[in-house]
Amino acid sequence: MNENARPIFTVAPRRASPAGWIAIVAVAMLAVVPLLCGGPVVDKLTTLCVYVLLAVMWNLLAGYAGLVSVGQQAFFGLGGYFALRLVEAGLPPYPALVAGAFASAGIAVPISLFLLRLRNGEFAIAMWVTAEAFRLLVMFDPLVQGETGTSLLALNAYEPDLRRNLTYWVALASMAAMTAGSYWLLCRRIGWAARAIRDDEDAAASIGIETMRVKRVIFIVAALGCALAGCIWLASAITFQPRTNFGVQWTVFMLFMVLVGGLRSFEGPIIGALLFFAVQEIFGDFGAWYLAGLGAVAVAFALYLPEGIWGALRSRTGIELMPTQVKHP
Amino acid sequence: MPVAILEGTSLSKRFGALRVLRSVSLSVAAGEILGVVGPNGAGKTTLFGVLAGALRPTEGRVLLNGDDVTAANAARRCRLGIARTHQVPRPFLGMSVFENVLAAAAFGGGLAGQAAQEGAAEALHRSGLVDCANRPAASLGLLDRKRLELARALATRPRVLLLDEIGGGLTEAELDVLVGLVRDLKQDGMTIVWIEHILHALLRAIDRLVCMAEGGVIAEGEPRAVMADETVMRAYLGGVA
Repeated sequence: MNENARPIFTVAPRRASPAGWIAIVAVAMLAVVPLLCGGPVVDKLTTLCVYVLLAVMWNLLAGYAGLVSVGQQAFFGLGGYFALRLVEAGLPPYPALVAGAFASAGIAVPISLFLLRLRNGEFAIAMWVTAEAFRLLVMFDPLVQGETGTSLLALNAYEPDLRRNLTYWVALASMAAMTAGSYWLLCRRIGWAARAIRDDEDAAASIGIETMRVKRVIFIVAALGCALAGCIWLASAITFQPRTNFGVQWTVFMLFMVLVGGLRSFEGPIIGALLFFAVQEIFGDFGAWYLAGLGAVAVAFALYLPEGIWGALRSRTGIELMPTQVKHP
Repeated sequence: MPVAILEGTSLSKRFGALRVLRSVSLSVAAGEILGVVGPNGAGKTTLFGVLAGALRPTEGRVLLNGDDVTAANAARRCRLGIARTHQVPRPFLGMSVFENVLAAAAFGGGLAGQAAQEGAAEALHRSGLVDCANRPAASLGLLDRKRLELARALATRPRVLLLDEIGGGLTEAELDVLVGLVRDLKQDGMTIVWIEHILHALLRAIDRLVCMAEGGVIAEGEPRAVMADETVMRAYLGGVA
């Protein structure tokens, strides 16, 4: 505890990360894919965008803010439902899809007041219960017809290729914007606050962090991302079935992507999403066994490689493409 | 009579049937160093929790500079100038040592940008942790974790600093440095309340001493007089007197 010498500090200006430029170029290249490739490729890339979006959102929630939710399908499903309702009210389909996502995130505002008072396992279960409650409520709507569900038939007004491309561009834009937005948040004060809360909520409060306010911002952003994913899913699947759109499998997918890719790193979940997409392509036809296999792999990673693929790679090589830490100068 | 910067009036805290604090009143003058001693289970750490806002008192009020802050949460009280260290260190294990302290400077200290970085670096320096700045907090041993508690509290730029047993486990030389640091902080105008079992270190730093037992204050005043008090000897030294 050396109290005399006062150190002199210079803080190096932050260099633009090459990974950031690579990401911008990659998104720009992805944006022109529909002009070069056929429909099946575009459809697959739309699915991939949804997966990346979901993985990044769950990592933001659980990996950075410690909010382990198993009920993000609540916002995924509600986004689609609100979009259907808005189309029914006369809005054109694509604006309705985006507005539906924002409406779903709007629901996150009041429910965060109650849910975020709970911690850890209680929060996780309460989120699941909330998702189920929303599903049941939505099933009461005559438009949805209970278990039967409904379809976004208004989308048939578009010529199929145009519809496919528009949906893809919405997916790509949502994925890019939410990913960049999360990264921007995590590099700022609120990112430090979120990580402090994740590690010890009471200690975070003791150093002046308004923990509820920080958790609410993260929760609402993640709700928006999951709702956008749900709306894009509706646009590409056309059909809306409460059991599918509010299904807990979405949380299973998010868990898989984030745990396998690497919780608490920004790169990990994106890698997890790519891997999950590949696994889905190869083994997706095996039905229930496929889901059991996914669960087993996620458990194996949690037990034997808790840092995930990227975490293991990072600790072995020291590579960091998208750092969210602040270094002492 | 100097102005009380921090005051607790008739503070009680119950956890169910268990009464941990029984109507404790405590007044800390601006610029003084107040020591708190007492056997384990006397309610010292609970008192800190109530003063810092981590715990709501069942009864009583907490005043900072004469303003009632009983309803203010821990985060707000920290920003108003009350910082504490935890008896069992509670570092943010997923962050680096520097980031732990930077968050404290940014939020509790209300600093931004370069000022926050400098504030954090200075707190690390004063606590003797500057060499570990970029290490993960999880890699620190117990003593360094205690130093991190201190650095984090200092980075919030407190007016009142509550120290909860940060001397335990230090060598004599390290204790000397700690006592020197506490005196320096007083010179800088900080008010300090220090819970400590290592009496010889404590007595070298403090202006006044409070002894607690079974949730109440049993003696307070000039340190040596308090330690010589018969009730204190019985409660604190287990009745050997």
